[in-house]
Amino acid sequence: MSKKNKKEIIRLIIASAAFAVVFAIDKIIGLESVIGGKLGFLLPLALYLSIYLYIGYDVLYSSARNIIHGQFLDEKFLMAIASLGAFALAVYRSANGMPAEGYEEACAVMILYKLGEFFEHYAAGKSRQSISELMELRPDYANVIRDGVVVTVEPEEVKVGEIITVEPGEKIPLDGKIISGETTLDLRALTGESMPVEIKAGERVMSGSVNISSTITIEVESEFYNSTVGKILDLVENSATKKSKSENFIAKFAKYYTPSVVFAAVALAVVPSIITKNPTEWIYRALNFLVISCPCALVISVPLAFVAGMGKASRNGILIKGGSYIEAFNRADVYVFDKTGTLTEGNFYIASVTPESKRDEIMRCAAIAEYHSNHPIAAYIKNTYKGEIDTTFAVTNVAGKGIIAEKGDEKILCGNAKLLESFGIEYVPENGIGTAVYVAKNGEYLGSILFCDKIKEESEEVIAELNGSGAVTVMLTGDSEKIAAQVAEKLHLSTYRAGLLPADKVDEMEKILNNKSKKDVVCFFGDGINDAPVLMRADIGVAMGGLGSDAAIEASDVVFMKDDLRSISVLKKISKKTMAVVWQNIILSLAVKFGILMLSAFGLAGMWLAVFGDVGVAALAILNSMRIMRKERKNKL
Amino acid sequence: MKKVYKLEDLDCANCAAKMEDAISKIDGVKAVSVSYIMQKLIIEADEDKIDGIMDKAVSICKKIEPDCKIIR
Repeated sequence: MSKKNKKEIIRLIIASAAFAVVFAIDKIIGLESVIGGKLGFLLPLALYLSIYLYIGYDVLYSSARNIIHGQFLDEKFLMAIASLGAFALAVYRSANGMPAEGYEEACAVMILYKLGEFFEHYAAGKSRQSISELMELRPDYANVIRDGVVVTVEPEEVKVGEIITVEPGEKIPLDGKIISGETTLDLRALTGESMPVEIKAGERVMSGSVNISSTITIEVESEFYNSTVGKILDLVENSATKKSKSENFIAKFAKYYTPSVVFAAVALAVVPSIITKNPTEWIYRALNFLVISCPCALVISVPLAFVAGMGKASRNGILIKGGSYIEAFNRADVYVFDKTGTLTEGNFYIASVTPESKRDEIMRCAAIAEYHSNHPIAAYIKNTYKGEIDTTFAVTNVAGKGIIAEKGDEKILCGNAKLLESFGIEYVPENGIGTAVYVAKNGEYLGSILFCDKIKEESEEVIAELNGSGAVTVMLTGDSEKIAAQVAEKLHLSTYRAGLLPADKVDEMEKILNNKSKKDVVCFFGDGINDAPVLMRADIGVAMGGLGSDAAIEASDVVFMKDDLRSISVLKKISKKTMAVVWQNIILSLAVKFGILMLSAFGLAGMWLAVFGDVGVAALAILNSMRIMRKERKNKL
Repeated sequence: MKKVYKLEDLDCANCAAKMEDAISKIDGVKAVSVSYIMQKLIIEADEDKIDGIMDKAVSICKKIEPDCKIIR
């Protein structure tokens, strides 16, 4: 607890105790009768007023300062008017021979206001703290080797290409490649995955993972703000500019709420007073209005709920770029999936090479052609080809068809059937189920490689769950009709489109978006390697296993750090809960505010209740928002 | 260009909302968010105008919540 908080607590305790003592004496012997007579009210006035000034001087001071700045609708100013007005009213009554009462109420209002404000701050501080706990993945320092000596510096100061060492127990500060040592890494903070990962020299490591077993040296490949941790922190901390509809609604509401209530208060003080000739009663009711005139509960609690939701999601390895996506995801009912790497593992294996007799030559040519490509199939070919790969070929990429590699008078074609057709080369169609890659050299057909891709183990379960909730599930793929049909049938997808070029996928997405009804929300799941435009076009673009590709992170609205479709169910639960809390908060605070406004207008609510309507509800709403984060510890999702 | 500033002693959520509203009206500001929860000001604006914008933002902040400081 901060020093400021401690001081506040002490002041609150002293004021409350003093109030209790004075109040008790007042009720037992009647402070008014101590002096007695016409000026009897002076003693209770003096006692209560001094407690009031002790606890509320800062409120009075800042409201005075705000008036000078022309801020008439400031909550502190309105609170000051309400409480001072209550004193004035009490004095007026006493001076006119009515019983001396109302002082304790005026004083108590200020104490309660301060108490509520304190809780509000405390709760907000607590939630800030839990959110920044998420940021525990921020590395504090980096051990960089400069001129042969290890120096400890801020992660921001390390440049690309420098060498850093990471001891066991330390966080990896920057993304890079291991140049020596092998170790086990804990990726929990990044992906929510609790299984440690074995890693050795030559492999890439992500910042934010924790080195568990032994010292490693890493060549830095990206500066801090470009590294995994830098990006995550930027996403979570600075996501606030993408506001949800409910946040915008609240902001608008808040803007008009205070002026309207103040206007109503003035009307309430003047009009009925003229008619009923009982101004003190109506002015009292009007002062009550002023106490409830701050929309604070709403203004804090709705965005807080969204931040808590995003925080919780990031604990589960899901990054969300703004509250609006939580809101939208809760209503999502059209789920569009890329096939390769999303519904399937994207880890290909070679089912067959035809003709088997030319296997070595086919593989050699394929490896040369695919060497510079980052397509999953290319990666597989590169990794499985045992011989030396000639990397000096000039490579041309023909989008959606394949690759042409040339060197001297050697010309290799490697791609799908369309590529060979466009060169007028005859080929033997591959009839097995899978992705076929055809290879030709110098205008002559060599043969084909058939690749298979496994469906992810969780795909079936996740799709079944989505279908069960009445959602539409769609698969888009560049693969052949045959493979697509097989996968779609196995997973019970509502529909699929096969044989799509990257550009066709965008068109398909456009079609889906044009045909949907207004309330439908379309989300797209892809690995981001060549579907960034589709990610961007969908209502919600979700990049899977996303930290690999910068373009995917840029283009997407949500990133699943773990390459696991079950994150969909997790995110669904989180967004449902967040939206429930958002609406609870909106309804709770509006109901309480309007309820108390009505009661005050009819003279049924005192200022005590009005203060609860102001700060009490705010504190309740904050606590309610924190439920989103807290539940996790008890029953992990 | 997006910039993030820390805020000190931003004590009321409604003030944050008011500041956000006022700052968003400064010429050259593309997007702004004053987060009471994170105690941060996130501003997106033209790079060459940012200094002038921030000067104005500081004076707005002073007017609405005199205790609150923007750490530049």
